[in-house]
Amino acid sequence: MKLFSQERPEIPIVHHLKEDGTEWTIKEKLWLGLSVPEYKKQFFRNPVNWLMILIFTIGVPLILGRYVFGLGWVTHASNDYPWGLFLGFGLFGMVPLSASGFMLGTTVELFGRKDFHAIERLALLNGLLGYFFAVLFLEVDLGMPWRLPYPMFVSLGPAAVLFLVAWHVATYLSVQVAEVLPAFFEWIGWLKGKRIIRKYVLGLTVAGIILSTLHQGALGALFTYAPAKVHPLWLSVNFQWIHFFVSSIFGGLSMVIIASTLIVNFMAWRCDDEFKDNLDYITIGLAKGASYAMITYLIIKIVAIAHDQEWSYLLTGWGSYYFLELGVAVVLPMLMFAIGIRNRWVTLIRFGAFIAAIGVVWNRLNTSLVCYNWQMYQEIPHWKEVWITVTIYALYFLTYRFIVYRLPIVYGWQGEK
Amino acid sequence: MKKLFSRRNFLKGGLAATASAAVLKNKDSQASGDFDGYPDSMGVLVDLTRCVGCRSCEAACNKEQELPEPAKPFDDFSVFDEIHHGQKRRTDETRYTVVNRYDVPELDHPLFRKFQCNHCAEPACLTSCFVNAYTKTPEGAVIYNQKVCVGCRTCMIACPFYVPTFKYSSAFKPSIMKCIFCYDTRLKDGKAPACVEACPQEALTFGKRTDCVDMGRQRIRETPGKYVDHIYGEHEVGGTAWMYLSSVSFDKVGFDTHVPKEPIINSVKDFLAMVPMVLTIWPGLFVGFHLLATRKDKIKEMEEEKNKKNDEKEEQV
Repeated sequence: MKLFSQERPEIPIVHHLKEDGTEWTIKEKLWLGLSVPEYKKQFFRNPVNWLMILIFTIGVPLILGRYVFGLGWVTHASNDYPWGLFLGFGLFGMVPLSASGFMLGTTVELFGRKDFHAIERLALLNGLLGYFFAVLFLEVDLGMPWRLPYPMFVSLGPAAVLFLVAWHVATYLSVQVAEVLPAFFEWIGWLKGKRIIRKYVLGLTVAGIILSTLHQGALGALFTYAPAKVHPLWLSVNFQWIHFFVSSIFGGLSMVIIASTLIVNFMAWRCDDEFKDNLDYITIGLAKGASYAMITYLIIKIVAIAHDQEWSYLLTGWGSYYFLELGVAVVLPMLMFAIGIRNRWVTLIRFGAFIAAIGVVWNRLNTSLVCYNWQMYQEIPHWKEVWITVTIYALYFLTYRFIVYRLPIVYGWQGEK
Repeated sequence: MKKLFSRRNFLKGGLAATASAAVLKNKDSQASGDFDGYPDSMGVLVDLTRCVGCRSCEAACNKEQELPEPAKPFDDFSVFDEIHHGQKRRTDETRYTVVNRYDVPELDHPLFRKFQCNHCAEPACLTSCFVNAYTKTPEGAVIYNQKVCVGCRTCMIACPFYVPTFKYSSAFKPSIMKCIFCYDTRLKDGKAPACVEACPQEALTFGKRTDCVDMGRQRIRETPGKYVDHIYGEHEVGGTAWMYLSSVSFDKVGFDTHVPKEPIINSVKDFLAMVPMVLTIWPGLFVGFHLLATRKDKIKEMEEEKNKKNDEKEEQV
């Protein structure tokens, strides 16, 4: 795409009208203004796509196999570890990294920080896709995926934490669709739709905060059902939901930094000047926000240990692992952020964000798998389970890229707004 | 004059949030309050000192519940030596109960422990289920309804005894597989479950739960030194229908002695109690933040409008 955008002035598409004054059709917009052979050429020129092809060649048959032969065919079918990678990574890892939508929505729409406007849509999209694919992961993991609407409409168990998660993720997913729709409406040229949503943006944002607080917390609270199974250092009955909520704040912000870094480096042709010029300033701002969340997180982690009188566990092997997690996943990126902010070293912040995001996923995997059944034995996921997880994540990557290539996410639509 | 914010806009702003609050607010009402259990519920007292490890109960359960025939017959005692992941045999989709052998150093003979669903008074599987697939019947059984189950396996996470198992082998009709106290075929007619009936040693005693507790206390009192002074299940996780007597401390015969004394749901209540607070306080709080954060813009807007009007007036004059 980089080459095409240099050769041809009308590419990338940022306007309803072509050079000669005729309109782009939706089909042409979908093909990025390229002819089919040109599109194929740019597709196969990209080495990332070859990697994707490799992942899908093996992954798709595995996923089909899971729906024909059952979960036992792709996992170890463990009755001791009922939740594996699909939930440990896909649900518990993806959802905190998708907190970006409500964070930036709040910053821009609620607190009126227009200086973060250039990244708002990317953060909203990152949130929407993260949630959508978390649900997709859930659909792989559920024993009876066709019964997904049951907790909503067929048989209600309203006293369960998962009931809350289900309702809130579903509602929040709709809120996020509404928040991302304006970009789509601009792109197809239906401005009435955009105006309608604009009217409700404050309501949608506030709904986003409520729903996010509750279900990010609820994901943590799910583990309070297993007070005797999760290692005490990773489970605090009183603070678990706060831990999960606060870590999702810096997880989500770090994820936006990662996404914007990848986009500005590998998709510079798609970004407009507003995005490119403001990105360093925005990245520093996001890192500041993340740092506040991190220090809060560290403090409540310690408070939780003090509250439950768990100091003695810190001297065991599990305690060392706990320090390793906190040190690498939180303290290290926090220092990198601090130095980066002070000296305006944006690259350092970007590396820090990468570590912090992986760190949040690591914490979720620790809670759901590594330190779960800590007195029993370690479950090593089946290779098919790992491959399917990677495949769904690759699908997430492709969808993400497909949308950013087309919709006005990192550029402003030049046509009528 | 233009107001800082109109009532209309304020209402509109909080609408989506408040609507969700109204719908979802009462979700934890069922979780609060204590439940002492059904007064006439039944129970079983398992006396480990009487069990000889004949596996008759396993065979009876297999037949009663129409489970698949096992690879090794029920009179094959080599199964006691099976170890997976360092663990003794456990229940799974083909067996709702297993007996395991424990070699205890201070005794000259091994002890045997039967394992199945303990049928808690306030079951964690039930309270964690978001589609209400579980029911605690007044007779004392914890039963499961496959027709509404989604297969999320939260019950397996929540059960402190690792009882519910999942039929991983099936893609089209998976299900939670667990002991149901022979509810359908026996318990609801007041009959003892198949395993109890099959026990040749009277290691299992079926009766009202309260009577089982009395009987356990009586045995401990009347034969001093034979038992440790504890009935496992009387108070564990809020009390279970199946209870155990042992001659050695329970952690030596495969019991988890670290399970909470309260029902599992109690550790979740902290979070559940916070939900209505967030739902009611957040909308007002954040709309308030919004008004505070944007007040300078609004004041500016108003002043500009005022100046404009003044200018117009001056022009007219």
